[in-house]
Amino acid sequence: MVDLSVNLAGVRLDNPVIPASGTFGFGEEFKDLYDLDILGAISFKGTTVAPRLGNPVPRIAECSSGLINSVGLQNPGLDAVIAEQLPRMRSFFHKPIIANISGFAVEEFVTLAERLSREPQVEIIEVNVSCPNVHGGGMSFGTDPKSAAEVTRSVKQVSARPVFVKLSPNVTDIVAVAKACEEAGADGICLINTLLGMRIDIARRKPVIANKMGGFSGPAVFPVALRMVYQVSKACSIPVMGCGGVASADDVIEMMMAGATAVQVGAANLVNPYACKQIVEDLPKRMESLGIEKLSDIIGIIE
Amino acid sequence: MKQSTFKILSNKALTSSVHEMTLSGDCSAITAPGQFVNISLPGLYLRRPISVCDCEGTILTLVYKVVGKGSAMMASLPVGTELDLLTGLGNGFALEPDSRKPLLVGGGVGVPPMYKLCKCLLSKGLSPKLVLGFNTSSEIFYEDRFRELGVEVTVTTADGSRGIKGFVTDALPGLDYDFFYACGPVPMLRALSLSSDRGGLVSLEERMACGFGACVGCTHEMTSGPKRICKDGPVFRKEEVIW
Repeated sequence: MVDLSVNLAGVRLDNPVIPASGTFGFGEEFKDLYDLDILGAISFKGTTVAPRLGNPVPRIAECSSGLINSVGLQNPGLDAVIAEQLPRMRSFFHKPIIANISGFAVEEFVTLAERLSREPQVEIIEVNVSCPNVHGGGMSFGTDPKSAAEVTRSVKQVSARPVFVKLSPNVTDIVAVAKACEEAGADGICLINTLLGMRIDIARRKPVIANKMGGFSGPAVFPVALRMVYQVSKACSIPVMGCGGVASADDVIEMMMAGATAVQVGAANLVNPYACKQIVEDLPKRMESLGIEKLSDIIGIIE
Repeated sequence: MKQSTFKILSNKALTSSVHEMTLSGDCSAITAPGQFVNISLPGLYLRRPISVCDCEGTILTLVYKVVGKGSAMMASLPVGTELDLLTGLGNGFALEPDSRKPLLVGGGVGVPPMYKLCKCLLSKGLSPKLVLGFNTSSEIFYEDRFRELGVEVTVTTADGSRGIKGFVTDALPGLDYDFFYACGPVPMLRALSLSSDRGGLVSLEERMACGFGACVGCTHEMTSGPKRICKDGPVFRKEEVIW
């Protein structure tokens, strides 16, 4: 019998497979497809203090082995998430919930972490620092080590649960941002968020996406994500959640060998609603054929 | 929603750009006319959403227009090809309980879902009237198929090459109806919804990724709040749409 469990900053997961924020809503669209309790955890839809309608449509563009999205953090807002989404989610999901939070000012992150980390079943706060900082000239928190550290420190002060910072790959030096978060007290790092991308409809001579640019994800970004997981896990001593283009049990194993303690599955859920289920079912078989008894043994085995 | 494998039984051109594909497979998740399927195509990352034209037993009929890479690939697929489909997506048309004189309006590639809807209304003992709008006579398809069902069909063409010259709204004055069901380009749906004093349902479309509500990529703001075209729609009451 193989052992799939992992320990993520003190949070025990039955297995390392976690649907990534923004690709799984609050579980509602998947709960009738399979028993969601087979998952390690769920990272729910990025939540902001105020409700958001998101960006204008079209928000989706197809790419080779991936897609660009420009949803723009559409979500019902903190009050509705606590009053409606979370109770509903807890009725059909009984494993750790990861609260993905987004803000446009440090105070917003603080409010979100303070309240959501005290919600039953929320075991980890995942801080999305890819949004523009309205007080910082619109530059994203995640592209500057100092502001990423400032958000981390403020959230850590109020959070009742471990804090993971989800980093943007759209930076020159991902290690510098990760280390700044670690020094500011982060319990872990999640990476990568989407890569900034763009497509043009050549017949209409216009960008496919209304906002021109959006976040690129899918199997095409897997090597970039893997490389960043490797670099960050070598440079930091806190656990890393690997994310980006993961679509199979083999991808999960590869991410873990690169240094990930847990692995998030994003875009794959959108093209194959059973992606996470298949990965969870395939993992033991792949472990057996690869001679892995305990999945956590392979974390970061690549020197 | 159901994920299953379908096999292509036929795949032929109806006009220079509109094709009809029939497939066999498990149609049990398709419960209302106006729903759609999301098709995985080899080499393309996102599935392609296509409205259900007809569905009887295990036979699914899709009528689609070649507009890009995905639909061009669909048109090239030989009989016997197996495809991975998500079926039973979207709400579909709910039959208006009080309507005795329904009118179906299809514009261009919005015509296909009207076929199954027409059959459903006929099976309820109603006699729907039909208006089909096209740009020009060479683009007309399914007119004969509707007539074979025994319903009254009015055709409009924008260039007047066939039927009434103009748009579907130009056919409305002479028609006795108490409720409409429509699918077609947004300008057509808008004109119809705003000019008709009767109630109606319209089917919308939007670029989407998943097709089952998870990515919220296809959200439109409605009078009732943000709605996902794929999951909360694609069919909405005309009053719900912010025209």
